[in-house]
Amino acid sequence: MFAYVVRRVLATIPVMAVVALFVFSLLYIAPGDPAAVIAGDQATPADVERIRASLGLDRPYLVRFGAWLWDILRGDLGTSIFTNLPVSTMIAQRIEPTLSLMIVTLLLAVSVAVPMGVVAAWKQGTIVDRAVMAFAVLGFSVPVFVVGYLLAYFFALEWDLLPVQGYTPFARGFWPWLQNLILPAIALGTVYIALIARITRATMLEVLQQDYIRTAKAKGVGQRAILFLHALKNAAVPIVTVIGIGIALLIGGAVVTESVFAIPGLGRLTVDAILRRDYPVIQGVVLLFSFVYVLVNLVIDLLYTLFDPRIRY
Amino acid sequence: MPLLEVENLQTHFRTPDGVNRAVDGVSFHVNAGETLAIVGESGCGKSVTAMSILRLIPEPPGKIAGAIRLNGKNLLELSDREMRQIRGNDVSMIFQEPMTSLNPVLTVGRQIGETLRLHQGLSKQQAEERAVEMLNLVGIPEARRRVREYPHQLSGGMRQRVMIAIALACNPKLLIADEPTTALDVTIQAQILELMRDLKHRVGAAIVLITHDLGVVAEVAERVVVMYAGRKVEEAAIGPLFRTPRHPYTQGLLGSMPKLGSSLDGTETRLAEIPGLVPSLKKKLDGCVFASRCPHTTDLCRTVAPALEEKAPGHVAACHYAAREDLGADEMVAA
Repeated sequence: MFAYVVRRVLATIPVMAVVALFVFSLLYIAPGDPAAVIAGDQATPADVERIRASLGLDRPYLVRFGAWLWDILRGDLGTSIFTNLPVSTMIAQRIEPTLSLMIVTLLLAVSVAVPMGVVAAWKQGTIVDRAVMAFAVLGFSVPVFVVGYLLAYFFALEWDLLPVQGYTPFARGFWPWLQNLILPAIALGTVYIALIARITRATMLEVLQQDYIRTAKAKGVGQRAILFLHALKNAAVPIVTVIGIGIALLIGGAVVTESVFAIPGLGRLTVDAILRRDYPVIQGVVLLFSFVYVLVNLVIDLLYTLFDPRIRY
Repeated sequence: MPLLEVENLQTHFRTPDGVNRAVDGVSFHVNAGETLAIVGESGCGKSVTAMSILRLIPEPPGKIAGAIRLNGKNLLELSDREMRQIRGNDVSMIFQEPMTSLNPVLTVGRQIGETLRLHQGLSKQQAEERAVEMLNLVGIPEARRRVREYPHQLSGGMRQRVMIAIALACNPKLLIADEPTTALDVTIQAQILELMRDLKHRVGAAIVLITHDLGVVAEVAERVVVMYAGRKVEEAAIGPLFRTPRHPYTQGLLGSMPKLGSSLDGTETRLAEIPGLVPSLKKKLDGCVFASRCPHTTDLCRTVAPALEEKAPGHVAACHYAAREDLGADEMVAA
């Protein structure tokens, strides 16, 4: 097991290297010249050239990549072209709202979607099942910002139940913190809930056909224990896999959600950086998101052993 | 009063192209401590009969009618909760597929202990202790280590022993065994049968043994019900049934049993078979259900369904000609 963990952690290195190369290249080939942007409209070609040299943008591609990678490995994500602050500092300032939003969304989505899928599978073909499936299709088709604005309109503006937008740091108390996250989490979580509910239903339908479920019934086990112990534990591996893959949805959705609800998180930072062509910031944020994604899926691979004893590493 | 009394059991399934009468008016009884075998070929309704007793048939599309009385109490009238208290406690069941009938993600000990905690209110520790005892009882070595293992770490024979341990954990009055040895190697089959016979005496449970294997029936059963196309066609004690089978279907079944060495000494070259297939259970048949495959069919058979008649004391058969034409198994083979 330990050897497996070490191997898996080591295996993330080439993955991250490819991600790094991709992130670096993407901006290299993207249109627009950061030196020209920084220099402004009034600059002469000589000014632009000077700025380009000072940023090292005139050096060959591989040299730049090597230097950049070396800095990152030392923990230096570079300095923002726009604010002149270290990128790591900018990320540190923005990470709490995004992390909070993602964790709340994840918890909300899993605790809603899994029971939904289980009940839909149990009541297959009934109105309950159809309602869940209809929600799943709808949730998947409606964009995050539409859900976000609708929620904000009704729950915040019309009924005045929750704050419209903004973010309160966790340090100022649990409830104020959570209050600001409920609507964004629902907006961001809708797609995610739809995805998890669907896969839960499909997997549960298959598991409920198995002989061991019949055995459990023949033993006199109650319906709830059959569903949530005997069946769900067998269905866990595909469900957990989709939860992990779905983190990508959350990362993409967070950018939009933070804009809709004016949350000063990494998503907003990313959008702003892209608009300003602030290359070091974009690279830093994308690298961080990729790293989180790889890490989450590593953790999920390790979780498999918890659910299925047949999986051994 | 018999322990189990099944009266005019009808288990029908609604399907898109008509009602499937999987079991159509079957009656039998099981006395306390007795072993009753229900035999018949695939699709004759024997498994559905077994599942109906514990109401494990999904309803809908299934529908169970008639009466199933356990100690005089009709199981078909119980609520789901009351039924759950019977399952695994008064009546338990073992299945044909030991490889898939155990939950792969729960330890063996937990699966045995679950019934005990459910029906006898044992604590976690007590249930595990009892699970170890049960594993010892069914002859699994190193029981203390095995309770913590998962089904995939056990062989097929061992898994069936675990199934038996689960079924007997609460000392049931009735054990329903649905083809318990079919999926196992012949040597393991013998071990499992021996185990069932041994445990039956120790626990004192009655057994309903569902099988298509007449060899198994001869080993363990005291009385036999022969089913065909969802109906009971013959019932007798084990001796009379094997010596003088009355129904042509039973005669055919016995005739199609391979005899050890018969191909070596040249007395038999080809195994006898019953020609044709089980009729569709979706349409109501007018005459005898076996008429299309019976070597003795007459016009009477095709038009009038024979009633179950007592042909000899304790020996009933549903055949117009059974009393007169007392064909032995060997003559059937020749015919």
